[in-house]
Amino acid sequence: MSDLNSTGIDTGVPNVTQTLDSSGPPTATQHERPDSSNGLEKTVVTSWKAPIAFLAFTIIALVLFVILGRDGSSTFTLSADNDLIQLPDVTVPARVTGIVITVLLALLTVFAYLRVRSDRRVPLWASALLGVLFLIAFLTWVDAGASLPVQVPGLLVGTVSLSVPLIFGALGGVISERVGVVNVAIEGQLLGGAFVAAVVASITGQPLLGLGAAAIAGAAVSFVLAAFAIKYLVDQVIVGVVLNVLVIGLTNFLYSQVLSKNAELLNSPPRFDRINIPILSEIPIIGPTLFRQTIIVYLMYIAVAAVYFALFHTKWGLRVRAVGEHPQAADTVGINVNGTRFWNVLLAGAITGLGGAYFTLGSVGAFNKEMTAGAGYIALAAVIFGQWDPIRATLAALLFGFASNLQNALGIIGSPVPSEFMLMLPYLLTIFAVAGLVGRSRGPAASGRPYIKS
Amino acid sequence: MKLELRGITKRFGSLVANDHIDLVVKPGEIHALLGENGAGKSTLMNVLYGLYQADEGEILLDDEVQHFAGPGDAMNSGIGMVHQHFMLIPVFTVAENVMLGHEQTKGLGRLDLAAARAKVREIGSQFGFDVDPDALVEDLPVGVQQRVEIIKALSRNAKVLVFDEPTAVLTPQETDELMVIMGQLRDAGTSIVFITHKLREVREIADRITIIRLGKVVGEAEPTATNAELASLMVGRSVELTVHKEHANPGEAALVVKNLSVVDAVGQLVVNSVSFEVHRGEILAIAGVQGNGQTELSEAIIGLQERVLGSITLDGQSLVGLSVQKVLDAGVGFVPEDRNVDGLVGEFTIAENLMLDRSSNAPFVKRGSLQLSYLSTFATEKSKEFDVRSQGIQTPVGKLSGGNQQKVVLARELSRELRLFLAAQPTRGIDVGSIEFVHKRIVETRDAGVPVIVVSTELDEVTALADRIAVMYRGSIVGIVPGNTSRDVLGLMMTGEVPHVITTTDDSEGVLL
Repeated sequence: MSDLNSTGIDTGVPNVTQTLDSSGPPTATQHERPDSSNGLEKTVVTSWKAPIAFLAFTIIALVLFVILGRDGSSTFTLSADNDLIQLPDVTVPARVTGIVITVLLALLTVFAYLRVRSDRRVPLWASALLGVLFLIAFLTWVDAGASLPVQVPGLLVGTVSLSVPLIFGALGGVISERVGVVNVAIEGQLLGGAFVAAVVASITGQPLLGLGAAAIAGAAVSFVLAAFAIKYLVDQVIVGVVLNVLVIGLTNFLYSQVLSKNAELLNSPPRFDRINIPILSEIPIIGPTLFRQTIIVYLMYIAVAAVYFALFHTKWGLRVRAVGEHPQAADTVGINVNGTRFWNVLLAGAITGLGGAYFTLGSVGAFNKEMTAGAGYIALAAVIFGQWDPIRATLAALLFGFASNLQNALGIIGSPVPSEFMLMLPYLLTIFAVAGLVGRSRGPAASGRPYIKS
Repeated sequence: MKLELRGITKRFGSLVANDHIDLVVKPGEIHALLGENGAGKSTLMNVLYGLYQADEGEILLDDEVQHFAGPGDAMNSGIGMVHQHFMLIPVFTVAENVMLGHEQTKGLGRLDLAAARAKVREIGSQFGFDVDPDALVEDLPVGVQQRVEIIKALSRNAKVLVFDEPTAVLTPQETDELMVIMGQLRDAGTSIVFITHKLREVREIADRITIIRLGKVVGEAEPTATNAELASLMVGRSVELTVHKEHANPGEAALVVKNLSVVDAVGQLVVNSVSFEVHRGEILAIAGVQGNGQTELSEAIIGLQERVLGSITLDGQSLVGLSVQKVLDAGVGFVPEDRNVDGLVGEFTIAENLMLDRSSNAPFVKRGSLQLSYLSTFATEKSKEFDVRSQGIQTPVGKLSGGNQQKVVLARELSRELRLFLAAQPTRGIDVGSIEFVHKRIVETRDAGVPVIVVSTELDEVTALADRIAVMYRGSIVGIVPGNTSRDVLGLMMTGEVPHVITTTDDSEGVLL
């Protein structure tokens, strides 16, 4: 606290009585403190989490890729046959790659250890690099000696495809939580959207109408959440969970009683066509991944950018965040707290509903029982992992999508890892991401708490 | 702008918080609204600000009747409010907080932050305070946050400005500065309503004084009125303004705290290497503005803090690392600063609350069952001794007034054999009658030879009770000074400055109000 004590001495009060006796009223700035922060002295709480996790990965790499290393070579395909620009396949010797990467991982672990020992944080890029290196080694190990190459474009395209509902769900979650209502009902909104989109698109033959109907369905689920959470002050998490169960039960019932009996009429929606964006779609790897998609995916790009811009740069966003952080303060400047919450929870539901439509109009092509399979909960995890920020939540959703897709890709190659284990991967990653890496992240202060005007 | 309230009545169920209150505030005057905690001042102002709807009566601005459906209407009519608990969003910048609710936008609906920054600077320079528009509010000291509140109100062209207990969180120096700002605002023609329960401030700045008691206007007074006159109007009877205490006869040191630090969750040293001793039969007051580590210090002593470095020894026994139960068993009595959160269980009866910290063994529990008849005798006796006014010992504590609740806490803590008594904010939010009682009991405890620590943010309380005063600032003890140190010196120390010359006052009896 030496700097604070010296502040007192620097200001120089040689004789206190004299200063206090000095005539005339004090001016407003007389005691203005030079520093305007309340920054207290800090001791760094050293967290050994990162180096320990790094070490664990290094040991796994050592065992898997070096000791149990497989001989032969692995091939990575970077272009599809119909691409304009053809990149050559990359072939690497499996065991050597394993050894090299294990050494690199060990170096990263040492780096992390040194950082923490000198009381500094392990930078995020180190964790990201570790993940990428480990992944390359893993894919090389899996593919060693296999007849099929690793299809990199396929891996990435599948990632985007699986991530679309997650990203829409995460955006809905971000808006809802930012305005102060915990949205556990993402799963229900996705499933409701998927169901209604399938039915409406089948009847009308217009996928766009199906998409619109999905948004309305999502908003309808949100309406129940908003009404109970805001008007009747029921615990938001409980309402959310109940809604998920309700939508699952309702769609299961309608599916088995109505849809499966009239599948031709009610459950064979036309799917959106892929639209190739000229030029952009021909960029190697990136083009096929991002720019040969359906309209829902392009809508998603716009939605991510729009939500980000609106949340942090517009009047709407300022008010939404104010209501979620300190509703009473918002009330005292004339903002209608519960009205703002109500409409934005509906908006969040509508956006999530669009993600639901992707199941039936984009990827699968028909409604199935419980086809969202927990995507809503993973989207919720992405919201927290992404620290309530639309861009970061999108990246988190992509990460989860990638983990899900890895399992598919490895199944095709013929992975030595049991497929049941790979099925666990996205959920395992979710738990680690939310529990381990984020630690104590700070959400909107009033999220989950109803605003009761006293 | 002239503000007039006519016959404002506001009821909450059977409680009449405001009973036909009339009030006229002329343009360019500072009108003090004086009353005890719970007298209905804040309710009245919330009615004025549109947060509550009055059941009867009307609000007039420049003789025109107003109908406020919400704070938005009140603001548009020119009423601004500086709330007791600042209505600022901690994670927003100053500019964002000031613009919230009446945002200016440019193309694409983008927020015009540049205009908001300019506004903050313009109003700031007008009143001579320099606030960085891009600073996050949570990083600002409380005094500056209050200025942001004032800027916020003025940016909406407030002509009537309500200050709700504005000095509660300020150091004496910041209070002086606020008085200057209020004077400037008055001279600029703003009508000011100044809500407070501190007589000193009222007499210093107010042009007129209206006194409220139990929801009714009980009188008007001139600033020339004496403290005793104002106090008796406020309380409804003549009050003893001083705490009677003999000179302390301190014994040997009982509690020894050495290099005590408390680390919070993000690694900040909220208590930073603090050392002091408390002797038997003396009161050590820990003074300082709210949030300078006093809470954490007292919690560390009682065993509620997790990351504690250094040593705390009571009569040779180390308290660091002991469970709260063990600390209590060691003879520590503790009055927590927020009785509703930490001191009492609101739904429990007076009797149940009186045995909360002795629920494991005799005399209240024998062979696992509660000794109800003993408890009821004990509770009746203690209620009488500590003057707890209630319908009986089966009344839920939540139904009692603040003062009576605090007496229940005190009764529980003082009915054990104590080797240390630690009272945090013992008189916060309680009526004057109860304050007198609490102070009397604290002094009696000292005279019985128990070492006493009183943590208080109220300088008047500190000077009235203390034999020695430790002033805390940003987690450290700035200095430990005699109990009769002058307010001015204490005020300076509360801002972290170490005075070279300690001036003291002669009277050994502190002034209460």
